[in-house]
Amino acid sequence: VRVARWTRTSRLFTGGTVVVAVLLASVPLVFEPDVVQKLTTLLILVLLAAMWNALAGYGGLLSVGQQAFIGIGAYGTVFFADNGVTPYLAMVLATVVAGVISVPISLFALRLRAAQFAIGMWVIAEVISILVRLDQNLGAGTGISLTQLNQYVPNFRQAYTFWLALAFAIVFIAALFFLLRSPLGTSLQAIRDDEDAARSLGVHVAARKRLLFVLAGFGCGAAGVLIVANTLFIEPGSVFSVQWSAYMIFMVLVGGLGTFEGPILGAIILFAILQTTVSQGGPWYLVGLGFIAALFALLLPRGLWGTIEARLGLRLLPVGYRVVESKSAEPA
Amino acid sequence: VTVANAILQGVFLGAFYAVLACGLSIMFGVMRIINLAHGDLAVLGAYITFVIVDRLGLSPFVAFLIALPVMVALGYVLHLTILERSLRSGILTPLLATFGLSIVIQNLLLIIFSPDVHSLGRSAGSLTTASWQVASGLSVSALGILVLVVAVLVFGALQVFLSRTPLGWRMRATAEDPEAAEMVGINSRGTYAWATALAVAIAALGGLFLGIRSVFDPVSGPTQLIFAFEAVVIGGMGSLWGTLLGGIALGVAQTLGAQVNPEFAVISGHLLFLVVLIARFGGGRMVLRVAR
Repeated sequence: VRVARWTRTSRLFTGGTVVVAVLLASVPLVFEPDVVQKLTTLLILVLLAAMWNALAGYGGLLSVGQQAFIGIGAYGTVFFADNGVTPYLAMVLATVVAGVISVPISLFALRLRAAQFAIGMWVIAEVISILVRLDQNLGAGTGISLTQLNQYVPNFRQAYTFWLALAFAIVFIAALFFLLRSPLGTSLQAIRDDEDAARSLGVHVAARKRLLFVLAGFGCGAAGVLIVANTLFIEPGSVFSVQWSAYMIFMVLVGGLGTFEGPILGAIILFAILQTTVSQGGPWYLVGLGFIAALFALLLPRGLWGTIEARLGLRLLPVGYRVVESKSAEPA
Repeated sequence: VTVANAILQGVFLGAFYAVLACGLSIMFGVMRIINLAHGDLAVLGAYITFVIVDRLGLSPFVAFLIALPVMVALGYVLHLTILERSLRSGILTPLLATFGLSIVIQNLLLIIFSPDVHSLGRSAGSLTTASWQVASGLSVSALGILVLVVAVLVFGALQVFLSRTPLGWRMRATAEDPEAAEMVGINSRGTYAWATALAVAIAALGGLFLGIRSVFDPVSGPTQLIFAFEAVVIGGMGSLWGTLLGGIALGVAQTLGAQVNPEFAVISGHLLFLVVLIARFGGGRMVLRVAR
């Protein structure tokens, strides 16, 4: 018996993702701008799902307030661009600001557990949203445009934004991948499986959770940056909307809470749903989303990917270890 | 005098928050879960009352009495279908499941009633407008008095219910230790279901007051949930009378904030909530913290 991380499938697949990334990078060269814009939306969803899963799936932190960081990223971009920073540099700066702000917030929020954390984060998002509404320079309640991006030819702008989205998605998902594979990650997965047991084995649970919280702060900030770059207009009512949390919860629950690949699958599913039904309008699809999310939470808590993983023993992007029974078992 | 008036209005507003928060406090106290659909259930109660008022032309208070059994049944079924199962699988599952339920209720209301705002104020008659000038600048509204009196009655009735009736004893026993309660023959499942039914019924009462005080629409629920949760936390989680005081503290914070600038009303309530969270948990940690 030996312990292994890689299987042949996971080697092939992990190698495959590099190819997929290269192929994705060439998307703006091949497809029309509206396709590029839609794929940018998909990348934003993938990023959000991965970050929410990092919090809830590995840290046991169920946040209903990650829209706080989405909003900081989006409004930070507009703020820096308005103050004369080159738009794409403003986007990177705004991402950093969202990540840095998550540090003081974590000092407070991580003392809370379960529902207190969930609603505490929600209230923090509400407070930031109200502060933005009070600021006339940020368009108050009516919203504001990122006019500085108009200096680029629309096709190029769409391509730049897509590449930025791809870069952010790769950087944050790779960061999570390598974080989970490091010795630190082993302790994170221990916290996921049983927080009290992990603590009793000497895992510094609070510090590990802070790491995930700050990573998610950066990641959700990056998503907010991409949202404003993709739509060119934001208003506090939509960018700070709890709807973002609803989307993140849906993607992660359906894909697989606490699995690495699941949230990416969930993001693709939500993207497909948004493409097909939103155009017809009507809140029925939201009824469906809420219902399905509740159903998965109750009946299939590890989501589609968790179920596939358990049934087939399939690991595509391995972050854990597996026990391999050696064929020539030694006689006892 | 304006400050005194603001505090007085804050007490009336806070009594309303306390009614909203009461059910949340019961569910947390008995089952250790927070129902994220609590605000939406209150709004659902307001809509059911509105439909009865609209169809039968009754006073909202009479209509509410007809809506009440519906809400009790809804709460009971809610526990047996969703909450009971979620209780068995970790601390996050009840939150996830009730968050999903919250989205479902909001959007079903949106489909049935459109995004337009509704109100029960007009059908409540002169009650919503009557007020007395106590002193110069100090006015007391009939509605404010009514909500305050009802809130005190609700909390008083709960006190009697929990301390004097067999079902109340069972609820407290189950809250203390469900397994020990089972051992002495208490059906924890049924007890939890009644606690949820009670919580949803009181949430509907909060919905009634919401509808009479102001307007509501299908997505009013989350805001009510946040205010209710803030009241519960400010008053101390698990403490029933604390919730009444917490609601009043939240109401006073909001009206005092509005005194400075009308736009500061909600945010000053949020800040009080966050300060209480820091004070309480910071203090707790300082006692327990050990060197590593």
